[in-house]
Amino acid sequence: MSDINSRGYANADALVSTDWVAKHANDDGVRIVESNEDPLLYPSGHIPGAVEIDWAADLNDPLRRDYLDRGGFESLMSSKGISNDTTVVLYGDRNNWWACYALWIFQLFGHTNAKIMDGGRIKWEAEGRELTRDAAAVSAASYSASERDDSKIRAFRDDVLAHIDSSGKLIDVRSPEEFSGERLHMPDYPNEGALRGGHVPGAANVPWATAANEDGTFKDAAALRDIYEGNAGLSSDDDVIVYCRIGERSSHTWFVLANLLGYENVRNYDGSWTEWGNSVGVPIAK
Amino acid sequence: MENIPSPLSEMLEELDALDRVERAQYLLELSDEFEEVPEAIATRPFPENRRVPKCESEAFVWAQDQPDGTLKFHYAVENPLGISARAMGTILDETLSNQPLDQVANVAPDIVHRIFGRQLSMGKGEGLAAMVEITTFEARQRAKSRN
Repeated sequence: MSDINSRGYANADALVSTDWVAKHANDDGVRIVESNEDPLLYPSGHIPGAVEIDWAADLNDPLRRDYLDRGGFESLMSSKGISNDTTVVLYGDRNNWWACYALWIFQLFGHTNAKIMDGGRIKWEAEGRELTRDAAAVSAASYSASERDDSKIRAFRDDVLAHIDSSGKLIDVRSPEEFSGERLHMPDYPNEGALRGGHVPGAANVPWATAANEDGTFKDAAALRDIYEGNAGLSSDDDVIVYCRIGERSSHTWFVLANLLGYENVRNYDGSWTEWGNSVGVPIAK
Repeated sequence: MENIPSPLSEMLEELDALDRVERAQYLLELSDEFEEVPEAIATRPFPENRRVPKCESEAFVWAQDQPDGTLKFHYAVENPLGISARAMGTILDETLSNQPLDQVANVAPDIVHRIFGRQLSMGKGEGLAAMVEITTFEARQRAKSRN
């Protein structure tokens, strides 16, 4: 894949290459963070110096379906040796789904100096780069977070209902079978309890993987514009809501639209189909 | 969970006492100890009727009859990233092989959450639970055929 700076991204700084990480992983002011679906991947071997943030145990509230609060985020950052001016580079399994999810949550707390390692864990491994089981030596850092701001990049169910009424743009990033209602879940995944299948009326179906190359890297800006603007009818000044099943795949698409294509109004509906497909009275299309 | 093989009960109690990091480390050690099905039992390509459904780690299960009437369980995991599936294979072999069939048949698939923790994703949990289901199914079938 071409050099990141030559791909025409609106914000090329949002991505770093595996080469960059190999050179800078242990720089002062840089913290590499791995975030995976599989809880055993990080302990089985990670980039030297990387710490782990678990999407469920670290980022979600243990009781309510919501994210950690300001105090929880400050404690998490401190425990991972991240201070307010640390450059955080996230990577993980599944084409960086959970890395993008974590980055999105970082931005809810105003930590914008966070990047994604292009290609994620699979590219690092494919390149035969070093992995270690040694725990990273981390000293607690001082971190002061803003209150979590859900208003700009997060959408709730009522926001989606209002968005439908105003004919706002919606992107459903699930598989075509989930979009059509043929399936209630991802291929090879179980039904996670949605009572109804289909999609939010007016949504365009652009599966998240269309934004990725085979090696897990992101496609260049021209290819991404073809997908989201040429095929799905978006334009950069649109107010867009993206969703999937629980908000992890749509974080990948949120990252593409908000960072690589520079859309200013993109929200991730993390309630996604596990909420919408169970909600009483909401409209559904097939 | 009543009347399950005592090695499994003991392992579950041991896991209950571990925090998240200790649990991951322990499971990783079990994954490292994974012993693939011996060639005397099966060779590649493994038959599809031994494949665990819904398992993204491409796991396979075999049950070998033992002289004392119990079963020795064997596993293969084809996905090199199938660390959790290899740990699960080690656990099932170590705790259910050579155990009374009626006790093996009592093991419920939801032990995967007690083993791997509540943060286990639904997708991964389903595949691991299917490994348990296939293993206990073999025990039930053998017990039924002998009654």
